[in-house]
Amino acid sequence: MSDTLNYRQVIARAIADEMRDDPDVFMIGEDIGAAGGAFKTSAGLFEEFGPRRVRDTPISEQAIVGAALGAAIMGLRPIAEIMFADFAGVCYDQIVNQVAKHRYMTGGQVTVPLTIRMANGAGTGFAAQHSQAGENWFLNVPGLKVVVPGTVEDLYGLLRGSIRDNDPVLFFEHKGLFSLKGEVPTGDDAVLPLGVAAVVREGSDVTIVATQQMRHRAVEAADALAAVGIEAEVIDPRTLIPFDDDAVARSLAKTSRLLVVQESPRDGSWGASLVSRMTTEHFTLLDAPPSLLSSPDTPVPYAGILEEAWLPSVDAIVAKAKELVAF
Amino acid sequence: MTYHPVSPTLADPLPADALELLRSMYEIRFFEDEIMGLFSKNLVRGSTHLCQGQEAVTVGVCSALSPGDTMTCTYRGHGAVLAMGAPLDRAFGEILGRAGGLCGGKGGSMHLADVSVGALGSNAIVGAHLPTTVGAALASSYRGTSEVSVAFFGDGSTNIGAFHESLNMAAIWKLPAIFVIENNQYGEYSTMASTTPVERLSDRAAAYGMPGVFVDGNDVIGMRAVTTEAVERARAGEGPTLIEADTYRHSGHSRSDPAKYRPEDEVKSWFARDPIVKLREAIEAAGGADAAAAVERAARDEVAAARDLALTWPEPELSAGMEHIYS
Repeated sequence: MSDTLNYRQVIARAIADEMRDDPDVFMIGEDIGAAGGAFKTSAGLFEEFGPRRVRDTPISEQAIVGAALGAAIMGLRPIAEIMFADFAGVCYDQIVNQVAKHRYMTGGQVTVPLTIRMANGAGTGFAAQHSQAGENWFLNVPGLKVVVPGTVEDLYGLLRGSIRDNDPVLFFEHKGLFSLKGEVPTGDDAVLPLGVAAVVREGSDVTIVATQQMRHRAVEAADALAAVGIEAEVIDPRTLIPFDDDAVARSLAKTSRLLVVQESPRDGSWGASLVSRMTTEHFTLLDAPPSLLSSPDTPVPYAGILEEAWLPSVDAIVAKAKELVAF
Repeated sequence: MTYHPVSPTLADPLPADALELLRSMYEIRFFEDEIMGLFSKNLVRGSTHLCQGQEAVTVGVCSALSPGDTMTCTYRGHGAVLAMGAPLDRAFGEILGRAGGLCGGKGGSMHLADVSVGALGSNAIVGAHLPTTVGAALASSYRGTSEVSVAFFGDGSTNIGAFHESLNMAAIWKLPAIFVIENNQYGEYSTMASTTPVERLSDRAAAYGMPGVFVDGNDVIGMRAVTTEAVERARAGEGPTLIEADTYRHSGHSRSDPAKYRPEDEVKSWFARDPIVKLREAIEAAGGADAAAAVERAARDEVAAARDLALTWPEPELSAGMEHIYS
């Protein structure tokens, strides 16, 4: 039994299913209630659950995240929405100094079962302050989990898994994937654990690791590579913290070649960290220097032609994979 | 807006538990004397921020709370956490970095917490715990219960964004929160006049449509009286209150600050209003001299015994550093 929904619609579906199951789950954020969310990602929730559980807030990101933290340590399971991931900059203290550290600093006296959802990523013409891949800002902050779903099925399962998780989860929803369609299984079987990668496509010549929008470009690239006799294995880690290193290492045992693709500048990114870990811990698996295909070190530009050039393209992925295989 | 002028004398007649209030203030005073002693012996790491001189604020406020109520405070939080009922020995243990400390030695002086008595956390980022208190109050409101949450913070915190966001959010939702400004006249080394365009911080309550109360923070009984009113309002669903407690820290901002920037006559006049001396004099005037002396001796002995016990505790196991990052 399944429904076809798009990536945008399945957000509200996942939240509604958790809210029906658990009266301690509630939402807090800007325009999420009567307006249904800036991206309509909470459409219908206010009507079903009312203003107590779908709570519109002032434009106050620090108070949204901090109040969600306070409610979480008192035993509730808040879902806070930060409209654009870029706005996490406004409440960075709350996320990295408060939410991430409260359990640790109190010696484990509390748990923080809090999910913070944010609209993520480039490619939709929102320019530099509304297009960043926010996940990379949090990789260096122990205490957080980071989830980056790339499909309808993964979004549904991982969002439910995040809400059920007893730790703070930053959940990034890619704006460029909102119209992507997929089948939504109903029932608890669809709930996915955090930290398990998906092998999207099997192959034996090169391993391509990518998330969200880049995962789909990697699959396209893999199809193009297959046409010239190169079989790429595409892995979507789905969560960045915890990261399923074993899935990548298993793949490298077959392919011996690693290409990581990400829509963000190189340094301080999940891709750079992955390349570092694979190189230092699995050097003997590699037959070629690992490659990291990133965006240039610039803010995200506005004009369509510039923004598209900023994002790693299918052609660039194909070319990089060929280089690796030829090494 | 309610306006309580600085009261010249303590209430008459004294409440039945005046000696208990005195004991609680002495414990905090002696506890911090010992902390400075341990610091000079190099047994306390980093820095420490004493609240000596301000004991009536936390003791008065916390004496108006009930089990289940919660409290957040600043890095100058020894008094607030002890006033909530945290055990002296485990508070010493925490600041000494011992395994038996309140937080297992992972928080230290600036992060004392004892969630079992409602002390949710001491925060070392100015103003960042106000949203946590909003969230704890939101949890009560969400569940339809009546616990209140108090945030203690300094005069300097009223100039940071989280203050504004928190008071605004608590006010629009009529949350059972109480915001207590410990106005000790200096934000670190700067006078309030140099950083703040209004004379009375309690006036800022008007911007949030909540009552602002100005009270002598060195009058423990007056502190309890205004807090009791605020608690009653909060439990009745009438929303938050801002209380400005006029007080003074006896020492500098932190152990490295000799506080030379304070005029001598100002310091003298405030020491003459020492909250412990004030209460003790009132008790003596009511015929309780012997009882007050006994309370002082008992508090001193209790603090010394707690210190000695905590000094026997081992440091944390190295493995403890890896615990409580996630649940």
